Amino acid sequence: MSAISIYHYLIVAAILFSTGLAVAITKRHFVGILLGIELMLNAVNLNLVAFSRYDSDRLSGQLFALFVMVVAAAEVTVALAIVLRVYGHFKTVDPDKLDELKR
Amino acid sequence: MEVAAFYGFSALAILAALFILFSKNLIYGAFALLLAFLGIAALFVLAGADFLGVAQIMIYVGGILVLLMFGIMLTQRAIQQEGPSRHNRVEVPITRKVWGFVIGIGIVGVLAKIIFSANFRMSGDAVSRKSTIKTIGVELMTSHLLPFEIAAILLLVALIGAAYLALNRNPAQ
Repeated sequence: MSAISIYHYLIVAAILFSTGLAVAITKRHFVGILLGIELMLNAVNLNLVAFSRYDSDRLSGQLFALFVMVVAAAEVTVALAIVLRVYGHFKTVDPDKLDELKR
Repeated sequence: MEVAAFYGFSALAILAALFILFSKNLIYGAFALLLAFLGIAALFVLAGADFLGVAQIMIYVGGILVLLMFGIMLTQRAIQQEGPSRHNRVEVPITRKVWGFVIGIGIVGVLAKIIFSANFRMSGDAVSRKSTIKTIGVELMTSHLLPFEIAAILLLVALIGAAYLALNRNPAQ
């Protein structure tokens, strides 16, 4: 088991996190931004699980990752409901076109 | 064997994530996210978190991804003026793309520098032979009981709030 050091997990999680951040920045669709956020949350979970390997009698990292999953599920349901309301009202899914507060 | 599995699954997750970044069609992006979630679930199992791997597949692949696909399909236009090949297209302006790449690569560099200069000193060895389900259950019911109950309330509130928000309150339709 010790063949894979913790640095491998951390590097993979860092690459996944920054890819998710780039997705959340570049997409011009609300659901695309949500895809990026889910990817970032998963990368953070990977970090927590990798550190939790060294804490096998309490597993705090895995418990925290479990709560992160719960919060992600709640977040995505509410966000999709808001996206559907915004789409029904403004007929667009582009966040750049919703500039009512700027006018 | 284990090292090969680790590299294979991490390559799967990273390539799927990069495919999301470069694909123009959001449905393809959602399916690539499915692959990324499966790769991360396999990485969880390789890190000794068997329960979290199963929970990842059940919650993310079975719940969140299906919701995201519903969101993509419900927000596409009913009448496409530009032809059927332009469904779910996401136009990306060039400044946003440049900023996304600059910030993404910058974050990778900063995080790699921090990780390699951190010099972690672990207090124990990586023991992951036994199953984690018993430990997780005991910890959830003893020392993490209050966060557990708060998570239950949060899920209930999110369910009611999402159902109320998504109701069609327009009497004309």
